[in-house]
Amino acid sequence: MKPRRIVLYAVLVIFAIFYLMPIYVLFVTGLKSFQQVSLREMWNLPKSITFESFVRAWKGDPSRGLRGLSQNFMNSVYLVIPATLISAMLGSMNGYVLTKWKFKGANAVFAILLFGMFIPYQSILIPLVQLLQKIKLYGSIPGLIFVHCVYGIPITTLIFRNYYSTIPTDIVEASKIDGANFTKIYTKIILPVSMPAFAVVMIWQFTSIWNDFLFGLIVAPNPSVQPITVALNNLAGSYFVEWNIQMAGALITALPTLLVYIFLGRFFMRGLLAGSLAGT
Amino acid sequence: MKKDRLISILFILPSIILIAIFVYFFIGWTSWVSLVNWKDIFPDFTFVGLRNYIRLFQNYRFTISLQNTVVFTALFLIASITIGLLLAILLDRKVRFESVFRTIYLFPMAVSFVVTGVVWRWILNPGPGGESVGINLLFEKIGLSFLKSGWYTDPNIGIKAVVIAAVWQMSGYVMAMYLAGIRGIPTELYEAAQLDGANTMQVYRYIVIPLLRPITLGAVIILGHISLKIFDLVFAMTGSGIGFSCDVPALFMYDTTFRGNYFSQGAAVAIMLLLFVAVLIVPYLIHSIRTEVRR
Repeated sequence: MKPRRIVLYAVLVIFAIFYLMPIYVLFVTGLKSFQQVSLREMWNLPKSITFESFVRAWKGDPSRGLRGLSQNFMNSVYLVIPATLISAMLGSMNGYVLTKWKFKGANAVFAILLFGMFIPYQSILIPLVQLLQKIKLYGSIPGLIFVHCVYGIPITTLIFRNYYSTIPTDIVEASKIDGANFTKIYTKIILPVSMPAFAVVMIWQFTSIWNDFLFGLIVAPNPSVQPITVALNNLAGSYFVEWNIQMAGALITALPTLLVYIFLGRFFMRGLLAGSLAGT
Repeated sequence: MKKDRLISILFILPSIILIAIFVYFFIGWTSWVSLVNWKDIFPDFTFVGLRNYIRLFQNYRFTISLQNTVVFTALFLIASITIGLLLAILLDRKVRFESVFRTIYLFPMAVSFVVTGVVWRWILNPGPGGESVGINLLFEKIGLSFLKSGWYTDPNIGIKAVVIAAVWQMSGYVMAMYLAGIRGIPTELYEAAQLDGANTMQVYRYIVIPLLRPITLGAVIILGHISLKIFDLVFAMTGSGIGFSCDVPALFMYDTTFRGNYFSQGAAVAIMLLLFVAVLIVPYLIHSIRTEVRR
């Protein structure tokens, strides 16, 4: 190998080590028992492997007032599944209208919707809490589902709109002449070819809703309805929790989205690029 | 046909109404709250004009959080874009196991900022009583002790330590954007340049990087708006830090509003934050919608 190639691979490997370092810490620490956890040995491999930390992070330790993550994990599951499905459906409907039934000012409407993707959510939190309290959705999982569906509209609309604009409008026009109506064109022509876009949108929404922290923190102050990210932060923030449990908890929290990334990486990538390349 | 038109409007109307209320009306409502005197749990809508904003700029903690935002954004953008571009160019050199490297570089994007914060809080922990732990211990073990530092517990470093974690999470994303861009450049362009006698360096310097300019712009917009509103990472990793050395406006807003119940003051921070983001985003949105219409 030429020296230049060696340098090239060396740089790539050094960066790979940098990106993998936190995962290494999570694994080796999570697999250690409490007796084995010491600050001087945090980079060493575990002497013996035990899943004790994971069990305790999952179930908690009521005698020491430690809440486990199991309930919060399930909260996140109950939250992320309906929110992902509903927001994907909304995005598909919007994308269909904005590309195939363009009305005057459709582009302006799209821009107005899209802006919602970039706003700092701090600028809507105060009225959001007030309104959710009024309509009795505050501090509940349905409340969180609702919030994620609303603020998911911009990105899901964007991805579906980009996708549907690649479907030739001629097909739609021809079916109109053949007498197909709005609903029929949607269910018989558009939806059947939408699966790739649904995959991208659902993976995107699954990941961002699972990883959300701010809405969970603000809308669900009650520990029994908190999503897992908020519970993890509380777990890690309490001083008496050993850090093997913290690391096990962090790994449990990260696991679903990591699995999605590993097994459905292709769609994950496309979602990422669709989200980033709004207009470029 | 008329009926179809109507149904199509009914299809998109719920989304328009929801966004109208939850984005635009809410922003209006927050602006209104920022102009009144609501400073405990009971709403008080006495109009006080710009008083909350004036107080904000007299507030030492807010000033620090603004400085931190500038430092954070600058370092985060420069580091992520440089690393992202470098990795994309290297991976484009017909590397073996390219997909393995790509997968490794990009996986932090799949992880929550909170998880990132929790892990990096440990790695960048200087340890109790001068004992070396985390990355300091690692530096000690590989003979690089001079790199040891107090990280986010050192007020002089503070927010810069958080940048490391943020770059860890987002630079792979930039790499993916650039790689997609590089792969989209027609090979004839390279070949033509090579025929003209350009070496690899010159090809990148004069052809590839200029052609990637729209991607760089996209990365600046995406990373910039994430950076301006960064919250979860700082919250989980350091909190506001010693003497607010790691504070950022979003964290300040949360503390003021939801811990301190100074709702009007918090609303003023939120509106400032929105203005910063709008300055970055609005021209970009207008520009990209316009180019699209022209196409």
